This record gives sequence, structure tokens and C-alpha cells, in this order.
Amino acid sequence: MDVSMIPLDYATLRVIWWLLLGVLLIGFAVMDGFDLGVAALLPVVAKTDEERRVMLNLVGPVWEGNQVWLITGGGAIFAAWPLLYAASFSGLYLAMLLLLVALILRPVGFKYRSKLPDARWRSTWDWLLCGSGVVASLVFGVAMGNLLLGLPFGVEPATLRPVYEGNLFQLFMPFALLAGVLSVTMLAAHGAALLAWRTDGDIAMRARRFGGWLALATGALFALGGVWVALGLDGHVVTGTVDVAAASNPALKTVEAVEGAWMHNFSRWPWMWLAPVLGVAGSLLAALLLWRGARVSAFLATSTAITGVILTVGFALFPFLMPSSLQPGMGLTVWDASSSHFTLWVMLLATVVFLPIVLFYTGYVYRVMRGTVTPESVSENPNAY
Amino acid sequence: MFPELDLVILSRLQFALTAMYHFIFVPLTLGLSFLLAIMESVYVMTGREIWRRMTMFWGVLFGINFALGVGTGIVMEFQFGMNWSYYSHYVGDIFGAPLAIEGLMAFFLEATFIGLFFFGWNRMSKVKHLMVTWLVALGTNLSAVWILVANGWMQNPVGAVFNPDTMRMEMTDFVAVVLNPVAQAKFVHTVAAGYVSAAMFVAAISAWYLLRGRHLDIAKRSMAVAASFGLAASLSVVVLGDESGYLSTEHQKMKLAAMESMWETEAAPASFNIVAWPNQAERRNEFAVHVPWAMGLIGTRSISKQMPGINELVDSAERRIANGMRAYAALERVRADADDRQARELFAETWPDLGYGLLLKRYRDDVQNATPDEIEAAAFDTVPQVMPLFWTFRVMVALGFYFIGFFAFAFWLVSTGRIENSRRFLKIALWSIALPWVAIQCGWFVAEFGRQPWVIEGVLPTFYAVSGLSVLDLVISLLVFFVLYTTLAIVGFRLLLKAIRKGPEEPSGASADAPGVQADPAMLTAH
Repeated sequence: MDVSMIPLDYATLRVIWWLLLGVLLIGFAVMDGFDLGVAALLPVVAKTDEERRVMLNLVGPVWEGNQVWLITGGGAIFAAWPLLYAASFSGLYLAMLLLLVALILRPVGFKYRSKLPDARWRSTWDWLLCGSGVVASLVFGVAMGNLLLGLPFGVEPATLRPVYEGNLFQLFMPFALLAGVLSVTMLAAHGAALLAWRTDGDIAMRARRFGGWLALATGALFALGGVWVALGLDGHVVTGTVDVAAASNPALKTVEAVEGAWMHNFSRWPWMWLAPVLGVAGSLLAALLLWRGARVSAFLATSTAITGVILTVGFALFPFLMPSSLQPGMGLTVWDASSSHFTLWVMLLATVVFLPIVLFYTGYVYRVMRGTVTPESVSENPNAY
Repeated sequence: MFPELDLVILSRLQFALTAMYHFIFVPLTLGLSFLLAIMESVYVMTGREIWRRMTMFWGVLFGINFALGVGTGIVMEFQFGMNWSYYSHYVGDIFGAPLAIEGLMAFFLEATFIGLFFFGWNRMSKVKHLMVTWLVALGTNLSAVWILVANGWMQNPVGAVFNPDTMRMEMTDFVAVVLNPVAQAKFVHTVAAGYVSAAMFVAAISAWYLLRGRHLDIAKRSMAVAASFGLAASLSVVVLGDESGYLSTEHQKMKLAAMESMWETEAAPASFNIVAWPNQAERRNEFAVHVPWAMGLIGTRSISKQMPGINELVDSAERRIANGMRAYAALERVRADADDRQARELFAETWPDLGYGLLLKRYRDDVQNATPDEIEAAAFDTVPQVMPLFWTFRVMVALGFYFIGFFAFAFWLVSTGRIENSRRFLKIALWSIALPWVAIQCGWFVAEFGRQPWVIEGVLPTFYAVSGLSVLDLVISLLVFFVLYTTLAIVGFRLLLKAIRKGPEEPSGASADAPGVQADPAMLTAH
């Protein structure tokens, strides 16, 4: 197809796909985030087997669909940002392996845990589910933190083959760990908010108490991270002119590392401050609402906080997707790591058609499954987890 | 610089291990989702409670299988980037699209409604629940469409060109990628194979109940569904498999010649080797038993078209490598000076053979200066290992015909009401349970191993596509996958066995373990 027939120009499509990447990440964190959070909270919120089953069956009917946000996110990065997919997934190889182990254990854990009455069997799966919830959240956060730090990768200019020079342990630098812990508290608070909304009795009470502290910690860690980024981290700046419609090749630009440069976008476009404000305010509000005994509003507050936190990272990095600490000039940006004009267009059409359909039937499923989950409702269903 | 061969072997091993393991669960999901939908449809249309219990029972087994399919599927989506990063860069512009659309269009559908299938029985009307079950089956099968569009493109890379400015293949024609004839043939062949495996699964377990005299009412009905579904599916899988083979004549001549151990080009119509003992080093067969004409008829559907043998294809690969060296040299010039018009024109003429030039990267970095010896070696590299292909292909085909016979016989026994008393057949059915999986794994082996040395046929050699990881990284991940997958296989298998032993829930008043209680023939006819 002749690219001149495409009604949107290349640069616009790149920005749209940068936004869609954000939509998929936020979709994943809000939807699958509460599954991870509930699993992480299993040992602290539930005291009996019955309570643990209530928690698992709260997310039981929906976690599979939620996890597809991650799968589709992976596919969309592959299709729209192939170099980002190639460089990040191979560079973070062992961290990805850790994540995969956690993610493989989850479907199996949900499905198999209550199939046998044996207490040791059940408690093994409970710990595995809890561990996978914590590990998956932690890896996501650590990865985000490392994006802000820059990753030790580059591309061979002749072949554009991604190369990576780092190991697993280098990923766990103090700032990245902070981001990892933030991710764990954020998603656990989100899970607690769901428990507070959709269960009752002791589970809901404990979820409110823990959830409040977790939400408070989320706000505090996020604010601390923000100060750290502003005062202690080098951000990257593309120097010279940038051709936003050029063929994707990250090897042609020069980049400078400047302290505090990740704050530049916020000075240039002050409306972007909305994102960190939502992150902090959402967390604090969620803590308050949880302690006050609110239901759905606390869940909306944690969802807002998650959205704010992820947007903040995206806004700070723009136009970078994956900055390089090894060869800053090779860092991947929105302008030089995307798919071709035509592929971005085809993928946009597919998304415009199918995403609304997905949202529609997801809404339908949640409506069918609405209502409070109780020990009675769990024991009524022979298929319950 | 290109990665070491150890790394390539380990990466291939890991991909094979994880993909073949994933494909233990997928075929059953593909077929069983349809069988569930069929059973539930009968329930909704007739209102007979027994069909609901059947749906619930096979649904439990479906769920145990599905969990492992989902878990191992995540690995598939991520490991292109993890282990095949140059591949991901080189063809992500085309290959990523069907994967992303699969998620959006199919996997979301399947995974969102699967929860309602299990949790929605008492929350929705019968008809709505039936729709949910059909949507799960639809989502599962649509998912296969897009995965096979992606895989079909690896076998027959249509609708794309190489862009020297981005050093990758880029999509030019999405419709060509979707309507790729190889992808279409593979899709129908693959899902039909999934239906066969599900039919065999249901038939074998029902046979076990019939042999034991347990759950007779459900077992007989399940056997009837499995026999008819299995007969249709096994006929399709063979016919559509033939279509797949026919398309290889056009698009993957080397794969076909290797599957048939056909070293020399014969006068048309070529003969078919029923058995052969290939000698790869000397490029000939130690011995072979021929059926005259058969290969030419199957492969070209004519008596006059010639099919090239392996040695002739090696010669043509040599010519393409020489052309690929010119493409590589032109590409180097374009990379050095983006405004070199002459080099761009030269590249535009020669680029379809660039992949053949890259085959030389195994021998030297400066491809354009390769010696005649290196070119000859690289040309011979285009021949996959003949022996394993020849034999796995024959195992698959033989099993395909066995399934037709098996389900035809089962269908006859069911329709004449003799199934219960045919104990010998029931035992055969029970022992046949694993055979569809043997055939399926053989089929994938032929499809993927037969494509070597290419990861994208004619475009990108496999060894050139791996990530720059260390051997240690691969050893760690292989160990982790091996331990995790083995443990989960044992756990999943034991849960399946336990659920099968327990059997379907009995209507109140009947005992699950009392043989003969449900065997009253009057009860069957009364329905």
C-alpha cells in the first residue's frame, strides 16, 4: 500500500501508539493489578481456608481475562515497537524469566489449589500465589525504575542488533528497588480496595486496615521517588534536530545525560503535573476512604493512583521509551524505534475496532459477576476455586 | 559478529521444549471447547439434564487443561523478544501484528468468557450461558487463526520487503499476510488435529467408564458425540494436511524433498518412497521402496509437472547465495552512504536473496568476499536433516489414517448400538488416547525442523536471529523451565486422573460407584 494514502502522518501515528502503549499498561495494572494484589495479600488478610477461598473466588471469574492485558500488551509492543520489545525482553532476560515463573504459577495455582482438600497442598499453593503476586509486581516496578535510570544496552549501528551489557543484580539498584516496592504497595493497596468493596466481615475489615497503610505508603514512596528523580537522577535529552517522521533507526542521534532532565517535560507542558498529582492524591484519598469504610470509591481512588503513577513515568521519559546508560545516543525513542508507518496504521485500525468490543464484553462479565463474595456463595458453586 | 553456535542450539532447544509443551494443552482446548458447546447446545435444545452434567464434567477436565495452556502460552508470547531479539527486530513489523491482533480479537474473548463458563451457571439464563460457551470456542479457534497467520508467514513470507534504512523486513500488504495460502491451510489442518485429539480424549475416557460399567449414560452419549465429531475431524485433518503438503510444493520445495528423502529430481510423475534409509553425508538413500507416480500425483496434482530433488535445490541455493552476496554488498554501500542511488537500485533488484547471503555469516563476517568452498558449504546448509523428517512425517500420516479407521469404526459401533459390548474396541480406544498427541508433535516437528536452516523461509537464517545472551543465561532458563514444566505436568496429570476417577456428578438418588444402576436401556430409549 502507498503510504501517502494513510490519512494520519507517521509522527502522529507514533504519538498515538505511545499513548496506546500507556493505555495497555494502565489497563493491565488496573485490571490484573488487583489480581496480583489480592494474591499478595492472601497470608495477611485471610486467617482461615474459607477466607482464603473467598479471596481467590473474588478474582476467580475474571483474572484470566485480566491477564490478557499483559499478553496483548506484549503483542502490541512487538507489533508497534519491535526494537523496544527486542532490546528490553532480551536485555532483562533473567528478570523476565522470574516474571514468567510467577505468571505461569498463577493460572495453575488458582485452578488447582482447591481441587484437593489436603491442607499442605492448599497452603503450598497459597504461598506460591502470594509469592507470585509479590514477585510479579516487584519485577514490573523494578523494570520501570530501571527505565528512569537507563539500561546498559545499545544497538550495533551496522545491523541494529540489540546488545546488552549488564546482569540481573545490577537491576536492583536502590532507586529501582524503591520503584519495585512502590509497585508492590500500589498493587496490594489496589487489591485491598477490591476486597474492601466486594467482600464483607473480617476479610473486608482487615483489607481496609492493611489497605489504608499500603495506600499511604504508596503515596509516600511515590513522592519520595519524584524528589529523587528531580534531584538525584540524570535524565536524557536529545540534542540537535530530530526528524519525527524518519525511518526508525536509533543509531543516528546524539543524546546528553543531564541531571534532573526527566523534569523538563513538566516545565515545558505544565498540564503534565496532573499525572503526579493524581498519583499522590489518589493514594492519600484511597487511604482515607479505606479507613472510613468506603467501598467502590476507594477502589476508584487506587485505580486513579495507578493511572497517575504510570502516566508520570511515561511523561517524564517522553520521547524516550528505553534510555541507554551504556550509549545514550542508542536509547530508543518514540521517533526511532517504531514499526513502519503502514504497520502502525493497520494496528491502529485493529485496535479501534476491537478494543471497544473488549471493553464492552468485559463490562458485561463484571456485571454478571457483580455482588459480594461470601463463604456461602463460594460453597454453592461446584466449579469454585 | 554473530552469536555462538552453542547459544543457537540451546535457544532452539528451549523454543522447541516450550512450544511443544504448550502444544500438549492447546489441541485439547481447541477441540474440547467445541465439544462442550455441542453438548451444552443439546442440553439447551432438549432440556435434558444429563447433557448439562456432561458439559459440567468435561468442563472440569477442560479447566485443568486450560490453566496449563494459558500459563505456558505467556512464555510463547514473550520469548521471541527474550531469546530471538534479532528476529524480533528483523520481522517484528510483520510478525508482531498477528500476535497483537490475536490478543485483542481472540484471546480476550476466550479468557474473559471462560470465567463465566465456570462461574456463571447459576447467574444467567440457559441460553445466555450457552452463548458464553460458544464464545469461548469461537475465541479459542480465532486465536489459532492469528497464530497460524504468524507461523504461516515464517513458512511463506509474503507481503513484505526489506528496508535498508531500518535494517528489517516491513509489511507492504496486510491482506496478503492474512490470506497467505500457507497460513490458511495450516490453520484448518491444525484445528482439525485439535478436534481429533479432543474426540480421542473423550472417546478414550468414555471407553474406560464403559469398560468399568460406570456412568454408562454419560459415557455412551459422550462416545457418540466423540465418534461423530472425531470422524469428521480425522477426515478433515488428512484432506487438509494433503493441501498443506501440496502448498509446500510451491513454497517450500526443500522441506518437501527432505520429507520424502528425494535426493535426485525424477522424471515426472515422481515416485513415492514408502520407506527409505537416507544418508545425509553422501546425499543419497541407502535403500528405498518406491511407489511409482504417487509422489508426483500428490505433490503436483498432475502427471507432467516435475518436482525438484534435494541436489537440484542445493544447486539453485548456490546461485541464490551468489546473488545474496551482491545484495549484501549493495546493502553495505547503502548503509555507508544513504544517498548512493546506484547501490539502492542494485539492492532493490537483489534483496530477495539477501537471506541466502546471510547464510554465509556462519563462515565469515564479510559475506561479499566468501570463497567458492564457503558458498558450497552454505548451500548444503539449506538441506535439513532428512532422516528425522522422513520418519516423523510417516508416523504422522500413518496415525492420520489410523484415526479415520478408528472413528469410522467407533461411529459404526455407536450407531448400531454395539459400543457397550465391544470390549476389545473399548480397550483399543483407551490405549489410543495419546496417539493424537504423537501425531501432532510429529507434525509440528516436520513443519518447523523441516524449515531449517531458516527461521523465516529464505529471509532470515535461524542462527542469525538469536539474542546475544550468554550460554549461562540459557542453561539457567532451560533448567528453570524443565523443572517447572515437569512439576506442573505431573501435578496437572494427577488432577486430571483424579477428576476422571471421580467421574461426573450423579443425579440425586444414584450412586456413582454402583455399576449397572444407570445401565437400564429403557432409560436411554425413554429419553
